[in-house]
Amino acid sequence: MAALINVPSKARRGDIIEIRTLTSHIMETGFRHTADGKLVPRDIITSFACRYNGTEIFRADLFPAIAANPYLSFFTVAKDSGKFEFEWIGDNGYSTTASASITVE
Amino acid sequence: MPTTRRQFLSLASGVTVAGTIPIVTLRPIEATPAMLNTAIRNVVGEAQIRSGKVKLDIPPLVENGNTVPMTVSVASPMTADDHVKSIHVFNEKNPQPNIGNFYLGPSSGRAQVSTRIRLADTQKVVAIAHLSDDTFWQVAADVVVTLAACTEETN
Amino acid sequence: MISWRAIAVATLFAVAPALLAGEIPPDARRSGYTFMGPDTRAMQDDDTSNPGMLFVLDGEALWAKKTGSANRACADCHGDARSSMKGVAARYPAFDKAIGRPVTLDQRINLCRADHQQAAPLPYEDRELLALSAFVAHQSRGIPITAGDDPQAKPFVAQGRALFMQREGQLNLACTNCHDDNFDKRLAGAPITQGQPTGYPLYRLEWQTLGSLERRLRSCMTGVRAQAYDYGSPELVALELYLMSRARGLPMETPAVRP
Repeated sequence: MAALINVPSKARRGDIIEIRTLTSHIMETGFRHTADGKLVPRDIITSFACRYNGTEIFRADLFPAIAANPYLSFFTVAKDSGKFEFEWIGDNGYSTTASASITVE
Repeated sequence: MPTTRRQFLSLASGVTVAGTIPIVTLRPIEATPAMLNTAIRNVVGEAQIRSGKVKLDIPPLVENGNTVPMTVSVASPMTADDHVKSIHVFNEKNPQPNIGNFYLGPSSGRAQVSTRIRLADTQKVVAIAHLSDDTFWQVAADVVVTLAACTEETN
Repeated sequence: MISWRAIAVATLFAVAPALLAGEIPPDARRSGYTFMGPDTRAMQDDDTSNPGMLFVLDGEALWAKKTGSANRACADCHGDARSSMKGVAARYPAFDKAIGRPVTLDQRINLCRADHQQAAPLPYEDRELLALSAFVAHQSRGIPITAGDDPQAKPFVAQGRALFMQREGQLNLACTNCHDDNFDKRLAGAPITQGQPTGYPLYRLEWQTLGSLERRLRSCMTGVRAQAYDYGSPELVALELYLMSRARGLPMETPAVRP
């Protein structure tokens, strides 16, 4: 399933850049019941991390109050050309990754 | 912060009271429900929580509580000596008071995060920032959640 | 005053002689987008924050994926969807000569699967079907809707219009009572729109997922306490066709975001 990553492809050294991520996930809260009264088990993404050339620059703990298909936007200072790596971890062994590259001049 | 419905209502009733009886009663700060308070204390411990520095952008009236856009920003130079370590967002009336914890650092450049949240009902949302000098700053916003006119049966 | 009213009536007839009573004239037709708040509009406007785009991306991958016992991908016949599918969704539901009635885009995808890929049909509201449908309809974004122009489709447009005008359910309401007569007013805090289906399949915040126009129509029917027509039923397809013809000229928005 898809993830949408938005990182500027180019930036000047020292620029503050915005990073946006959107990923497919139902984020089932664990508080809902089926019509016959059974609890629908929780199935959410519990953590997200972003690494920039191997160094963690942003991390988040997510709870059932985060809407389905989680959207996150945050900032970082463009330092060097290289790679952003994104990782989502969740219930039932859920784990997915994505990456994006940037050229810093 | 935009004027919220609750602020508007309290302002309006204040005017009415002042117009009829010449005594203006100051409205007490709303008591924080126990679960919300516990969740906040789990993050900040015994530290004092001050008001200010934090800005919470959230629509005062949302079209659907299932997906509410929200941005938290903190006034901070984001230097090695003076930066935001983390931002914590809580709610008052969902089954669970936590919404999200967001960990930043000097390399963030700007202390700002956006996400989309679920609000089960009209309620208060609280954002708390943990600064590098170990002080905690907070802001709260009231959000009115309108219900969709035609909700379908669960399928 | 009387003379002014006479002029207004005369002008209306002169400009739009083909309009039936109660119908919204072309220059007054408004997408549901215009009824939304700024936050929901912003979510639709930016492709990197529009959750519907996740489904479009999935659909793009499915378009190129070989499937069925024919081991054939959509792309093997249709090539690059950016050119081959451009404008297609703006004409759907479209009349199918082989079966002698209009089919929705979802039904067309399943007909293609059966006839050319020898693959099992995808169930209605299935994630893969919505993704393919969203990917195909996305190629028409910005293109004005022309569905129902085909003369062979006319009897089905008329059938859909009759259903739109027909009161139903315990609340005894017809679609027209809200969406022609009372748009711009509010129902339980939510604005009543014109019901123009410009952006399907669309991401509804209420659903927290992508959904079809049929799902939306069925939830409206449940709302007036009526028995909803089955997915793919001739009645729902006719209603969908009438709604698209009623939105004639409005640009496609797929994937739209709605509350």
